[in-house]
Amino acid sequence: MTDINPPITGEAIPQPSAAPGTLHTEELLVNMGPQHPSTHGVLRLLLRTDGELVVEATPHIGYLHRCAEKIGENVTPVQFVPMTDRLDYLAAMNNNHGYSLAVEKLCGIEVPERARYIRVIMCELNRIASHLVSFGSYGLDMGAFTPFLYAFREREYILDLFEATCGARLTYNYLTIGGAAADLPEGFLQRLAGFLDYFEPKIDEYNRLLSYNYIFVKRTAGVGVISAADAIAYGLTGPCLRGSGVRWDLRRCVPYEIYDRFEFDIPIGVPGGTDDIPPEVVVGDSWSRYFVRMLEMKQSVRILRQCLRQIPDGEYRAKVPRVLKLPAGEVYLEVEGARGQLGFLVVGDNGPIPRRVKVRGPSFCNLSIIPHVCRQVLLADVAAILGSIDVVMGEVDR
Amino acid sequence: MSLTVQEIAGLLQTRFPDAVLEVDADSRHPGIRVAPESWHDVALFLRDDPRLAMNLLRCISAVDLHPEPYIEVIYDLLSMRPPVSTGGGAADPWSCAGLVAIRVRLPRERAHVRSVADIWPTANWHEREAFDLMGVTFDGHPDLRRILCPDDWVGHPLRKDYVFPTEYHGIPAATGSAADSAGTGEEH
Amino acid sequence: MGWLRNRFEENFAITTIDWALNWARSNSVWPLTFGLACCAIEMMAAGASRFDLDRFGAGAFRATPRQADLMIVAGTVTFKMAARIRRLWEQMPEPKYVLAMGACTVGGGPYFKYGYHVVKGVDLIVPVDVYVPGCPPRPEALLEGLMRLQEKIRAETIAKRAEPA
Repeated sequence: MTDINPPITGEAIPQPSAAPGTLHTEELLVNMGPQHPSTHGVLRLLLRTDGELVVEATPHIGYLHRCAEKIGENVTPVQFVPMTDRLDYLAAMNNNHGYSLAVEKLCGIEVPERARYIRVIMCELNRIASHLVSFGSYGLDMGAFTPFLYAFREREYILDLFEATCGARLTYNYLTIGGAAADLPEGFLQRLAGFLDYFEPKIDEYNRLLSYNYIFVKRTAGVGVISAADAIAYGLTGPCLRGSGVRWDLRRCVPYEIYDRFEFDIPIGVPGGTDDIPPEVVVGDSWSRYFVRMLEMKQSVRILRQCLRQIPDGEYRAKVPRVLKLPAGEVYLEVEGARGQLGFLVVGDNGPIPRRVKVRGPSFCNLSIIPHVCRQVLLADVAAILGSIDVVMGEVDR
Repeated sequence: MSLTVQEIAGLLQTRFPDAVLEVDADSRHPGIRVAPESWHDVALFLRDDPRLAMNLLRCISAVDLHPEPYIEVIYDLLSMRPPVSTGGGAADPWSCAGLVAIRVRLPRERAHVRSVADIWPTANWHEREAFDLMGVTFDGHPDLRRILCPDDWVGHPLRKDYVFPTEYHGIPAATGSAADSAGTGEEH
Repeated sequence: MGWLRNRFEENFAITTIDWALNWARSNSVWPLTFGLACCAIEMMAAGASRFDLDRFGAGAFRATPRQADLMIVAGTVTFKMAARIRRLWEQMPEPKYVLAMGACTVGGGPYFKYGYHVVKGVDLIVPVDVYVPGCPPRPEALLEGLMRLQEKIRAETIAKRAEPA
């Protein structure tokens, strides 16, 4: 292995806790990943452990570096939209949306009203699907297998809706430059309304199943506490930032698309003891980050119901020239993806192909707090913290 | 409440008259170009001055301006303010008090700039990525190593003159057409 | 069954033993949890409620390669990851199988042209038994790939062969 750090030299690592007269201990370097059931993808955590206590955790990333930015410099924007799907592949509609908005801002393309509502519907549905996977796999990491099956059952209904619209279950290539690639199919809105009526009570059911479960609370409450100042300093965004008590959501604070027309709350982490929050919970711990996602699903349902009432008829895509010429200039645009602020910098070059496409992956920034948080925690807590941060390696490595 | 880029530039020019080279307040990505030598001091001022309080470093992007012999590093900053507590608005969101992009133009052959990882800890990984993919060296960075490509990777992939490798540790890599990195996008 | 192979000529007893062994093996193919990228999500969906992998006997995903029969390489293989894939494959005990899931593992996929860090197909690193194309392949496609693998396992024999097995 060429990138192990620190290098194995054969010298003994100095023992941190060797007081005279105590038991002789040694530090152990444990590799968690890149193949590991709890690392949510190909992440390698090099853990320096003193017994069961993790003294230092160093993430090594890049095992899924798929050269997305280089591809962006060599293909047209319409050809790049499917590559954006594969960044945060759990909430792919949001990636498509962000990139399309950036290119449209650069080229000055005006998107029709119906297309905007279609975009919001798809993004919020995908946010729910992504949070369901996060909920299911977090339960799996903590040893609870049942929530995973329930989460994927609901997710299949959402994927059925997506499949009816664009033909794909995971990587859609649907929210393209100018609007959407196709109109909503017949009966989609009724099916969506039916799904929302079915799904909303399920969120409370999952709270009863997992969120307030004694073992789950014991494993996640008070674990991996991140203060609000640290969160902002380390560039955390999304549910990780909101779990630390910072009521910041791009959809409200720097509104884009038509999010200023909808009423929705921004859930944040609150101290234990208020409402139904278990008393052991501290603002900024893993349980808060997880619970913010459950509450966000409810808010997404709320936004979707408002979309259903407000969506007009009309065009689903603006008239975009066949060979779209990007003017010289640059645009940096961020959208609120399922995991945080997803940013696209598109530098145009007076031609059909951009000079530079830079992707700011929220999970890249969220993951950078691991060395800061995983100090003097138990080995099992590392899985709890990592699951609550909810990384997708496609976004981290691009 | 929210500062415009022109106002931010004004504050910077008053404090650092030599550092501000160019102000571009009306484009689609409004920003201020700053001299590389004074970037660290400007960054400290941007974060600590109470009128600016740019606490969130959103993104560090490196752009290769080939055929011009420059690499431009763009720092996107945002100021997040907590709500003013009025008692009734407990559910008020934080607000955005200013967005700006600071650009630093570096010569391609010797792309060095002072690291801001001690000011915004999130810059640590962003700078490692800019080093890995574009070859910009950040002086004073605590741990400047490659982050995405393997440690023994040769070259900086996002440079315009990058040559695709033909093999890596015995595994064949490039195809004939991929070796020409300046593709035209005509094929579909 | 290494000590049984290649000892006996094909006869009635061998074909019955073959049938029994292959029936047992093909209906309990335990995969390794080896999701790399987007295809991993479809693999998880294949193992979840709607498209249940467990009814094929393949639902017991093992986290360690030393207990796994099948490595479903689900997702893009990069150069940085290639050495680890090879090491994991070598750690699997015989008889082992590899299923290449998704266009990236079959031949580089969408990253074929400009992906400088992408291995153009996992068969450059480990020998592959079944290829399942798609980007990502539907869970039904993965199930079909698994069924093809089961057919391949059922065609195996422990009898003596003219050429080495």
